Amino acid sequence: MRNIDAKLIEDTVARLCIEANLRLPDDVVSAIECAEIEEPWDGAKRILSLLGDNVRIAEEKTLPMCQDTGMACVFLELGQDVHIDGDLEEAVNNGVRRGYGEGYLRKSVVCDPLRRINTGDNTPALLSVKLVPGESLRITVMPKGFGSENMSALKMLKPADGVEGVKRFVLETVEKAGANPCPPIIVGVGIGGSFDKAAYLAKHALLRPLDKPNRDEYYAALEKELLDKINALGIGPQGFGGKTTALAVLIESMPTHVAGLPVAVNISCHATRRKSASL
Amino acid sequence: MEYKISIPASEQELKKLKAGDSVLLSGTVYTARDAAHKRICECLDRGERPPFDLNGSAVYYVGPTPEHDGCCIGSAGPTTSGRMDAYSPRLLDAGLKIMIGKGNRSDEVVRSMIRNGAVYLAAIGGAGALMAASIEEAELVCWEDLGCEAVRRLTVKDMPLTVAIDSEGNDLYRLGRAQYLKEVKE
Repeated sequence: MRNIDAKLIEDTVARLCIEANLRLPDDVVSAIECAEIEEPWDGAKRILSLLGDNVRIAEEKTLPMCQDTGMACVFLELGQDVHIDGDLEEAVNNGVRRGYGEGYLRKSVVCDPLRRINTGDNTPALLSVKLVPGESLRITVMPKGFGSENMSALKMLKPADGVEGVKRFVLETVEKAGANPCPPIIVGVGIGGSFDKAAYLAKHALLRPLDKPNRDEYYAALEKELLDKINALGIGPQGFGGKTTALAVLIESMPTHVAGLPVAVNISCHATRRKSASL
Repeated sequence: MEYKISIPASEQELKKLKAGDSVLLSGTVYTARDAAHKRICECLDRGERPPFDLNGSAVYYVGPTPEHDGCCIGSAGPTTSGRMDAYSPRLLDAGLKIMIGKGNRSDEVVRSMIRNGAVYLAAIGGAGALMAASIEEAELVCWEDLGCEAVRRLTVKDMPLTVAIDSEGNDLYRLGRAQYLKEVKE
Protein backbone atom coordinates (compact mmCIF):
# COMPACT_ATOMS: atom_id res chain seq x y z
CA MET A 1 0.00 0.00 0.00
CA ARG A 2 1.28 3.41 -1.00
CA ASN A 3 -0.04 6.76 0.18
CA ILE A 4 -0.46 9.64 -2.26
CA ASP A 5 -1.32 13.04 -0.86
CA ALA A 6 -4.37 14.63 -2.52
CA LYS A 7 -2.42 17.91 -2.62
CA LEU A 8 0.13 16.31 -4.96
CA ILE A 9 -2.71 15.28 -7.28
CA GLU A 10 -4.08 18.83 -7.19
CA ASP A 11 -0.67 20.32 -8.03
CA THR A 12 -0.13 17.87 -10.88
CA VAL A 13 -3.57 18.43 -12.41
CA ALA A 14 -3.04 22.22 -12.24
CA ARG A 15 0.33 21.93 -14.00
CA LEU A 16 -1.01 19.54 -16.66
CA CYS A 17 -3.98 21.83 -17.46
CA ILE A 18 -1.58 24.67 -18.21
CA GLU A 19 1.02 22.66 -20.11
CA ALA A 20 -1.58 20.85 -22.22
CA ASN A 21 -3.13 24.12 -23.35
CA LEU A 22 0.11 25.89 -24.22
CA ARG A 23 1.81 23.17 -26.19
CA LEU A 24 0.53 20.65 -28.69
CA PRO A 25 1.82 17.07 -28.24
CA ASP A 26 4.81 16.23 -30.49
CA ASP A 27 2.91 13.54 -32.40
CA VAL A 28 0.17 16.02 -33.36
CA VAL A 29 2.74 18.68 -34.36
CA SER A 30 4.55 16.22 -36.61
CA ALA A 31 1.27 14.96 -38.11
CA ILE A 32 0.46 18.57 -39.12
CA GLU A 33 3.98 19.02 -40.54
CA CYS A 34 3.77 15.77 -42.54
CA ALA A 35 0.32 16.71 -43.83
CA GLU A 36 1.70 20.06 -45.01
CA ILE A 37 4.39 18.27 -47.03
CA GLU A 38 1.93 15.79 -48.53
CA GLU A 39 -0.91 18.24 -49.21
CA PRO A 40 -1.23 18.77 -52.99
CA TRP A 41 -3.62 21.77 -52.83
CA ASP A 42 -1.91 25.16 -52.41
CA GLY A 43 -4.54 26.90 -50.29
CA ALA A 44 -4.70 23.89 -47.98
CA LYS A 45 -0.91 23.77 -47.69
CA ARG A 46 -0.88 27.43 -46.68
CA ILE A 47 -3.42 26.83 -43.90
CA LEU A 48 -1.45 23.87 -42.57
CA SER A 49 1.64 26.05 -42.49
CA LEU A 50 -0.28 28.73 -40.53
CA LEU A 51 -1.35 26.06 -38.03
CA GLY A 52 2.35 25.35 -37.51
CA ASP A 53 2.99 29.09 -37.02
CA ASN A 54 0.19 29.19 -34.45
CA VAL A 55 1.84 26.44 -32.40
CA ARG A 56 5.13 28.38 -32.40
CA ILE A 57 3.50 31.74 -31.54
CA ALA A 58 1.60 30.12 -28.66
CA GLU A 59 4.82 28.75 -27.25
CA GLU A 60 6.79 31.98 -27.67
CA LYS A 61 4.09 34.16 -26.12
CA THR A 62 2.96 31.64 -23.51
CA LEU A 63 -0.55 31.82 -24.94
CA PRO A 64 -3.03 28.96 -25.19
CA MET A 65 -2.80 27.69 -28.77
CA CYS A 66 -6.59 27.77 -29.01
CA GLN A 67 -8.96 30.08 -27.12
CA ASP A 68 -11.29 27.16 -26.47
CA THR A 69 -9.27 25.73 -23.63
CA GLY A 70 -12.04 23.20 -23.32
CA MET A 71 -13.66 21.21 -20.58
CA ALA A 72 -10.90 19.51 -18.62
CA CYS A 73 -11.19 15.78 -19.28
CA VAL A 74 -9.11 14.16 -16.56
CA PHE A 75 -8.24 10.48 -16.85
CA LEU A 76 -6.77 8.68 -13.88
CA GLU A 77 -5.21 5.24 -13.98
CA LEU A 78 -5.20 4.51 -10.32
CA GLY A 79 -3.16 1.63 -8.92
CA GLN A 80 -5.39 -0.48 -6.68
CA ASP A 81 -2.67 -0.51 -4.01
CA VAL A 82 -2.74 3.26 -3.69
CA HIS A 83 -4.38 5.03 -0.79
CA ILE A 84 -5.29 8.68 -1.38
CA ASP A 85 -4.84 10.96 1.62
CA GLY A 86 -7.74 13.34 1.08
CA ASP A 87 -10.64 13.70 -1.33
CA LEU A 88 -9.68 12.60 -4.83
CA GLU A 89 -12.45 14.33 -6.76
CA GLU A 90 -11.99 17.54 -4.82
CA ALA A 91 -8.24 17.42 -5.51
CA VAL A 92 -8.85 17.08 -9.26
CA ASN A 93 -11.35 19.95 -9.29
CA ASN A 94 -9.04 22.13 -7.19
CA GLY A 95 -6.29 21.37 -9.69
CA VAL A 96 -8.49 22.38 -12.62
CA ARG A 97 -9.61 25.56 -10.80
CA ARG A 98 -6.00 26.54 -10.10
CA GLY A 99 -4.65 25.56 -13.52
CA TYR A 100 -7.32 27.49 -15.39
CA GLY A 101 -6.84 30.50 -13.12
CA GLU A 102 -3.04 30.60 -12.92
CA GLY A 103 -2.65 29.66 -16.59
CA TYR A 104 -4.97 32.43 -17.89
CA LEU A 105 -7.14 29.77 -19.51
CA ARG A 106 -10.73 30.34 -20.55
CA LYS A 107 -13.53 29.36 -18.22
CA SER A 108 -15.96 27.62 -20.49
CA VAL A 109 -18.17 25.58 -18.16
CA VAL A 110 -21.79 26.34 -17.22
CA CYS A 111 -23.18 24.83 -14.03
CA ASP A 112 -26.37 23.60 -15.65
CA PRO A 113 -27.01 22.67 -19.29
CA LEU A 114 -30.31 24.58 -19.48
CA ARG A 115 -29.93 27.40 -16.96
CA ARG A 116 -26.39 28.14 -18.19
CA ILE A 117 -24.58 30.14 -15.52
CA ASN A 118 -20.79 30.05 -15.95
CA THR A 119 -19.10 28.37 -12.98
CA GLY A 120 -16.29 30.90 -13.37
CA ASP A 121 -13.43 28.47 -12.76
CA ASN A 122 -13.89 25.77 -15.43
CA THR A 123 -14.91 23.16 -12.88
CA PRO A 124 -16.13 20.54 -12.64
CA ALA A 125 -13.64 18.37 -14.48
CA LEU A 126 -14.91 15.44 -16.52
CA LEU A 127 -13.24 12.78 -14.42
CA SER A 128 -12.77 9.12 -15.37
CA VAL A 129 -11.01 6.73 -13.05
CA LYS A 130 -9.74 3.33 -14.12
CA LEU A 131 -8.40 0.94 -11.54
CA VAL A 132 -5.21 -0.83 -12.58
CA PRO A 133 -2.83 -3.18 -10.76
CA GLY A 134 0.08 -1.66 -8.87
CA GLU A 135 0.70 1.37 -6.72
CA SER A 136 1.21 4.24 -9.09
CA LEU A 137 -1.16 6.92 -10.38
CA ARG A 138 -1.10 8.15 -13.96
CA ILE A 139 -2.89 11.41 -14.64
CA THR A 140 -3.81 12.62 -18.13
CA VAL A 141 -5.46 15.94 -18.81
CA MET A 142 -7.16 16.43 -22.18
CA PRO A 143 -8.72 19.89 -22.59
CA LYS A 144 -11.53 19.17 -25.04
CA GLY A 145 -12.89 21.97 -27.21
CA PHE A 146 -16.56 21.94 -28.13
CA GLY A 147 -16.36 23.06 -31.75
CA SER A 148 -15.42 19.50 -32.52
CA GLU A 149 -17.25 17.87 -29.60
CA ASN A 150 -20.52 19.27 -30.98
CA MET A 151 -19.99 17.42 -34.26
CA SER A 152 -19.64 14.01 -32.60
CA ALA A 153 -22.34 11.33 -32.91
CA LEU A 154 -23.43 7.93 -31.68
CA LYS A 155 -25.52 5.27 -33.36
CA MET A 156 -26.80 1.88 -32.30
CA LEU A 157 -26.24 -0.15 -35.46
CA LYS A 158 -27.63 -3.63 -36.07
CA PRO A 159 -25.17 -6.52 -36.17
CA ALA A 160 -26.23 -7.02 -39.81
CA ASP A 161 -24.86 -3.53 -40.61
CA GLY A 162 -21.39 -4.94 -39.91
CA VAL A 163 -18.14 -3.20 -40.73
CA GLU A 164 -19.66 -1.52 -43.80
CA GLY A 165 -22.28 0.08 -41.56
CA VAL A 166 -19.56 1.33 -39.24
CA LYS A 167 -17.62 2.85 -42.14
CA ARG A 168 -20.75 4.52 -43.51
CA PHE A 169 -21.59 6.05 -40.12
CA VAL A 170 -18.05 7.38 -39.56
CA LEU A 171 -17.95 8.95 -43.04
CA GLU A 172 -21.48 10.36 -42.65
CA THR A 173 -20.49 11.97 -39.33
CA VAL A 174 -17.34 13.55 -40.80
CA GLU A 175 -19.32 14.76 -43.83
CA LYS A 176 -21.98 16.35 -41.61
CA ALA A 177 -19.29 18.00 -39.48
CA GLY A 178 -17.86 19.66 -42.59
CA ALA A 179 -15.90 22.80 -41.82
CA ASN A 180 -17.23 23.19 -38.27
CA PRO A 181 -14.82 21.13 -36.13
CA CYS A 182 -11.67 22.98 -37.33
CA PRO A 183 -10.29 20.39 -39.75
CA PRO A 184 -7.84 18.74 -40.05
CA ILE A 185 -9.59 16.63 -37.46
CA ILE A 186 -8.71 13.57 -35.43
CA VAL A 187 -11.46 10.97 -35.39
CA GLY A 188 -11.93 8.82 -32.28
CA VAL A 189 -14.16 5.81 -32.90
CA GLY A 190 -15.59 3.52 -30.22
CA ILE A 191 -17.10 0.26 -31.39
CA GLY A 192 -18.92 -2.19 -29.14
CA GLY A 193 -19.78 -2.19 -25.44
CA SER A 194 -23.05 -0.41 -24.74
CA PHE A 195 -24.54 3.03 -25.48
CA ASP A 196 -22.35 4.71 -22.86
CA LYS A 197 -19.24 2.55 -23.25
CA ALA A 198 -19.02 3.21 -27.00
CA ALA A 199 -18.83 6.94 -26.29
CA TYR A 200 -16.25 6.33 -23.57
CA LEU A 201 -14.13 4.27 -25.98
CA ALA A 202 -14.33 6.97 -28.66
CA LYS A 203 -13.14 9.62 -26.21
CA HIS A 204 -10.41 7.31 -24.92
CA ALA A 205 -9.22 6.62 -28.46
CA LEU A 206 -8.28 10.32 -28.71
CA LEU A 207 -5.64 9.77 -26.03
CA ARG A 208 -3.61 7.47 -28.27
CA PRO A 209 -0.61 9.08 -30.05
CA LEU A 210 -1.42 9.56 -33.73
CA ASP A 211 1.58 7.53 -34.88
CA LYS A 212 0.47 4.45 -32.92
CA PRO A 213 -1.97 2.31 -34.90
CA ASN A 214 -4.37 -0.03 -33.12
CA ARG A 215 -2.48 -3.08 -31.82
CA ASP A 216 -5.00 -5.39 -33.49
CA GLU A 217 -4.07 -5.57 -37.20
CA TYR A 218 -7.72 -5.83 -38.20
CA TYR A 219 -8.53 -2.50 -36.57
CA ALA A 220 -5.24 -0.93 -37.68
CA ALA A 221 -6.23 -1.70 -41.29
CA LEU A 222 -9.72 -0.27 -40.67
CA GLU A 223 -8.16 2.92 -39.23
CA LYS A 224 -6.06 3.32 -42.37
CA GLU A 225 -8.93 2.61 -44.73
CA LEU A 226 -11.20 5.12 -42.97
CA LEU A 227 -8.46 7.77 -42.96
CA ASP A 228 -7.97 7.35 -46.73
CA LYS A 229 -11.72 7.54 -47.32
CA ILE A 230 -12.08 10.65 -45.12
CA ASN A 231 -9.20 12.30 -46.93
CA ALA A 232 -10.86 11.61 -50.26
CA LEU A 233 -13.90 13.70 -49.23
CA GLY A 234 -12.15 16.94 -50.20
CA ILE A 235 -13.30 18.97 -47.16
CA GLY A 236 -9.70 19.97 -46.43
CA PRO A 237 -8.11 22.17 -43.75
CA GLN A 238 -10.69 24.65 -42.39
CA GLY A 239 -13.17 23.21 -44.90
CA PHE A 240 -11.81 25.28 -47.82
CA GLY A 241 -11.02 22.17 -49.88
CA GLY A 242 -7.98 19.93 -49.96
CA LYS A 243 -6.73 16.49 -49.07
CA THR A 244 -6.05 16.89 -45.36
CA THR A 245 -9.47 16.56 -43.76
CA ALA A 246 -8.19 14.28 -40.97
CA LEU A 247 -4.80 13.61 -39.43
CA ALA A 248 -5.74 10.24 -37.95
CA VAL A 249 -8.52 7.78 -37.23
CA LEU A 250 -8.18 6.02 -33.87
CA ILE A 251 -10.44 3.08 -33.12
CA GLU A 252 -11.03 1.35 -29.79
CA SER A 253 -13.29 -1.66 -29.47
CA MET A 254 -14.69 -3.95 -26.76
CA PRO A 255 -17.06 -6.91 -26.45
CA THR A 256 -20.73 -6.18 -26.97
CA HIS A 257 -24.16 -7.86 -26.83
CA VAL A 258 -25.24 -10.44 -29.45
CA ALA A 259 -28.03 -8.09 -30.50
CA GLY A 260 -26.03 -4.88 -30.83
CA LEU A 261 -23.33 -2.92 -32.62
CA PRO A 262 -22.91 0.46 -30.90
CA VAL A 263 -20.64 2.95 -32.67
CA ALA A 264 -19.57 6.34 -31.37
CA VAL A 265 -17.57 8.93 -33.28
CA ASN A 266 -15.85 11.54 -31.14
CA ILE A 267 -14.41 14.25 -33.34
CA SER A 268 -11.44 16.27 -32.19
CA CYS A 269 -9.82 19.26 -33.89
CA HIS A 270 -6.23 19.84 -34.95
CA ALA A 271 -5.77 21.29 -31.45
CA THR A 272 -5.97 17.85 -29.86
CA ARG A 273 -4.25 18.57 -26.58
CA ARG A 274 -3.23 16.12 -23.88
CA LYS A 275 -0.56 15.88 -21.25
CA SER A 276 0.23 13.09 -18.80
CA ALA A 277 2.26 12.59 -15.65
CA SER A 278 2.87 9.57 -13.42
CA LEU A 279 3.05 9.78 -9.65
CA MET B 1 -7.21 38.39 -54.74
CA GLU B 2 -6.06 40.05 -51.54
CA TYR B 3 -7.78 43.14 -50.21
CA LYS B 4 -7.17 45.53 -47.34
CA ILE B 5 -10.49 46.55 -45.82
CA SER B 6 -11.12 49.17 -43.18
CA ILE B 7 -14.27 49.30 -41.11
CA PRO B 8 -16.70 50.86 -41.82
CA ALA B 9 -16.45 49.47 -45.33
CA SER B 10 -18.43 50.91 -48.22
CA GLU B 11 -21.04 48.92 -50.06
CA GLN B 12 -18.79 48.80 -53.15
CA GLU B 13 -15.82 47.53 -51.15
CA LEU B 14 -17.87 44.68 -49.71
CA LYS B 15 -19.41 43.89 -53.10
CA LYS B 16 -16.03 43.34 -54.75
CA LEU B 17 -15.06 40.66 -52.18
CA LYS B 18 -15.50 37.19 -53.66
CA ALA B 19 -15.51 33.82 -51.92
CA GLY B 20 -11.89 32.68 -51.62
CA ASP B 21 -10.35 36.17 -51.54
CA SER B 22 -7.94 37.03 -48.74
CA VAL B 23 -8.75 40.04 -46.59
CA LEU B 24 -6.63 42.02 -44.15
CA LEU B 25 -9.22 43.69 -41.95
CA SER B 26 -8.60 46.80 -39.83
CA GLY B 27 -10.80 48.86 -37.55
CA THR B 28 -13.43 48.26 -34.88
CA VAL B 29 -14.88 44.81 -34.44
CA TYR B 30 -17.32 43.72 -31.71
CA THR B 31 -17.18 40.29 -30.11
CA ALA B 32 -20.38 38.34 -29.60
CA ARG B 33 -21.23 34.66 -29.21
CA ASP B 34 -24.47 32.76 -28.60
CA ALA B 35 -25.42 34.32 -25.28
CA ALA B 36 -24.67 37.89 -26.43
CA HIS B 37 -26.58 37.33 -29.69
CA LYS B 38 -29.58 36.19 -27.69
CA ARG B 39 -29.46 39.34 -25.59
CA ILE B 40 -28.96 41.60 -28.61
CA CYS B 41 -32.09 40.08 -30.18
CA GLU B 42 -33.97 40.58 -26.91
CA CYS B 43 -32.94 44.27 -27.00
CA LEU B 44 -34.26 44.55 -30.55
CA ASP B 45 -37.50 42.78 -29.52
CA ARG B 46 -38.07 45.33 -26.77
CA GLY B 47 -37.34 48.18 -29.15
CA GLU B 48 -34.21 49.10 -27.20
CA ARG B 49 -30.83 50.03 -28.62
CA PRO B 50 -28.36 47.17 -28.72
CA PRO B 51 -25.06 47.77 -26.84
CA PHE B 52 -23.30 48.89 -30.01
CA ASP B 53 -24.48 50.44 -33.26
CA LEU B 54 -25.20 47.55 -35.60
CA ASN B 55 -25.34 49.76 -38.66
CA GLY B 56 -22.27 49.00 -40.79
CA SER B 57 -20.79 46.93 -37.97
CA ALA B 58 -18.49 43.91 -37.89
CA VAL B 59 -18.95 41.10 -35.38
CA TYR B 60 -16.31 38.51 -34.49
CA TYR B 61 -17.57 35.26 -32.97
CA VAL B 62 -14.91 34.86 -30.33
CA GLY B 63 -14.55 34.15 -26.63
CA PRO B 64 -10.91 34.98 -25.85
CA THR B 65 -8.81 33.59 -23.03
CA PRO B 66 -7.98 36.08 -20.22
CA GLU B 67 -5.18 38.52 -20.98
CA HIS B 68 -1.80 38.50 -19.25
CA ASP B 69 -0.59 41.76 -17.69
CA GLY B 70 0.56 44.12 -20.41
CA CYS B 71 -1.46 42.39 -23.15
CA CYS B 72 -4.87 43.51 -24.40
CA ILE B 73 -6.23 40.03 -25.02
CA GLY B 74 -5.38 36.35 -24.69
CA SER B 75 -5.78 33.70 -27.34
CA ALA B 76 -8.58 34.74 -29.71
CA GLY B 77 -9.56 32.40 -32.54
CA PRO B 78 -13.08 32.08 -33.96
CA THR B 79 -15.88 29.91 -32.64
CA THR B 80 -18.33 27.92 -34.79
CA SER B 81 -20.55 30.43 -36.59
CA GLY B 82 -23.44 28.04 -37.17
CA ARG B 83 -24.53 28.48 -33.55
CA MET B 84 -25.32 32.11 -34.35
CA ASP B 85 -27.45 31.21 -37.41
CA ALA B 86 -30.69 31.53 -35.46
CA TYR B 87 -29.89 35.15 -34.61
CA SER B 88 -27.81 36.44 -37.55
CA PRO B 89 -30.60 37.36 -40.00
CA ARG B 90 -32.05 39.65 -37.34
CA LEU B 91 -28.71 41.44 -36.88
CA LEU B 92 -28.11 41.61 -40.63
CA ASP B 93 -31.49 43.26 -41.14
CA ALA B 94 -30.46 45.78 -38.48
CA GLY B 95 -27.29 46.73 -40.38
CA LEU B 96 -24.58 44.17 -39.54
CA LYS B 97 -22.26 43.97 -42.55
CA ILE B 98 -19.34 41.73 -41.63
CA MET B 99 -19.48 38.46 -39.70
CA ILE B 100 -16.22 36.78 -38.70
CA GLY B 101 -16.12 33.16 -37.56
CA LYS B 102 -15.54 29.68 -38.87
CA GLY B 103 -17.63 26.95 -40.44
CA ASN B 104 -20.80 26.60 -42.44
CA ARG B 105 -23.84 28.93 -42.38
CA SER B 106 -27.51 28.15 -42.94
CA ASP B 107 -29.35 28.98 -46.17
CA GLU B 108 -31.42 31.49 -44.26
CA VAL B 109 -28.30 33.39 -43.18
CA VAL B 110 -26.96 33.36 -46.74
CA ARG B 111 -30.27 34.71 -48.09
CA SER B 112 -30.19 37.48 -45.51
CA MET B 113 -26.56 38.30 -46.45
CA ILE B 114 -27.54 38.66 -50.11
CA ARG B 115 -30.51 40.86 -49.16
CA ASN B 116 -28.33 43.08 -47.00
CA GLY B 117 -25.05 43.10 -48.97
CA ALA B 118 -23.11 41.52 -46.10
CA VAL B 119 -20.07 39.25 -46.11
CA TYR B 120 -18.96 36.33 -43.96
CA LEU B 121 -15.22 36.14 -43.34
CA ALA B 122 -13.46 33.11 -41.93
CA ALA B 123 -10.66 33.30 -39.38
CA ILE B 124 -8.49 30.25 -38.83
CA GLY B 125 -10.22 27.98 -36.34
CA GLY B 126 -8.01 26.68 -33.57
CA ALA B 127 -5.29 29.24 -34.30
CA GLY B 128 -6.05 31.46 -31.31
CA ALA B 129 -2.50 32.64 -30.72
CA LEU B 130 -2.05 33.59 -34.38
CA MET B 131 -5.36 35.47 -34.58
CA ALA B 132 -4.63 37.39 -31.36
CA ALA B 133 -1.52 38.91 -32.95
CA SER B 134 -3.68 41.24 -35.06
CA ILE B 135 -5.73 42.57 -32.14
CA GLU B 136 -4.33 45.86 -30.82
CA GLU B 137 -6.93 46.94 -28.30
CA ALA B 138 -9.77 45.29 -26.43
CA GLU B 139 -12.26 46.77 -24.01
CA LEU B 140 -15.35 45.45 -22.33
CA VAL B 141 -18.60 46.93 -23.68
CA CYS B 142 -21.24 45.09 -21.64
CA TRP B 143 -22.58 41.88 -20.12
CA GLU B 144 -19.55 41.08 -18.03
CA ASP B 145 -21.62 38.35 -16.34
CA LEU B 146 -21.20 36.32 -19.52
CA GLY B 147 -17.48 35.95 -18.78
CA CYS B 148 -15.62 35.01 -21.95
CA GLU B 149 -18.88 35.59 -23.85
CA ALA B 150 -19.18 39.27 -22.84
CA VAL B 151 -19.30 41.87 -25.62
CA ARG B 152 -15.92 43.51 -26.25
CA ARG B 153 -14.83 46.24 -28.61
CA LEU B 154 -11.67 45.20 -30.46
CA THR B 155 -9.37 47.31 -32.57
CA VAL B 156 -7.81 45.06 -35.16
CA LYS B 157 -4.99 45.72 -37.59
CA ASP B 158 -4.60 43.61 -40.73
CA MET B 159 -6.49 40.67 -39.30
CA PRO B 160 -5.88 37.81 -41.80
CA LEU B 161 -9.23 36.47 -43.01
CA THR B 162 -10.69 34.61 -45.97
CA VAL B 163 -13.98 35.44 -47.66
CA ALA B 164 -16.01 32.33 -46.86
CA ILE B 165 -19.36 33.57 -48.21
CA ASP B 166 -19.60 36.71 -50.32
CA SER B 167 -22.47 39.18 -50.70
CA GLU B 168 -23.81 37.22 -53.68
CA GLY B 169 -24.00 34.03 -51.63
CA ASN B 170 -21.01 32.25 -53.18
CA ASP B 171 -19.77 29.80 -50.58
CA LEU B 172 -16.09 28.85 -50.36
CA TYR B 173 -16.96 25.77 -48.29
CA ARG B 174 -18.79 24.41 -51.34
CA LEU B 175 -16.71 25.96 -54.13
CA GLY B 176 -13.26 25.25 -52.67
CA ARG B 177 -14.09 21.64 -52.08
CA ALA B 178 -15.64 21.19 -55.53
CA GLN B 179 -12.62 22.79 -57.19
CA TYR B 180 -10.19 20.56 -55.32
CA LEU B 181 -12.17 17.39 -56.13
CA LYS B 182 -12.40 18.38 -59.79
CA GLU B 183 -8.64 18.96 -59.93
CA VAL B 184 -7.90 15.61 -58.25
CA LYS B 185 -10.13 13.73 -60.72
CA GLU B 186 -8.40 15.38 -63.64
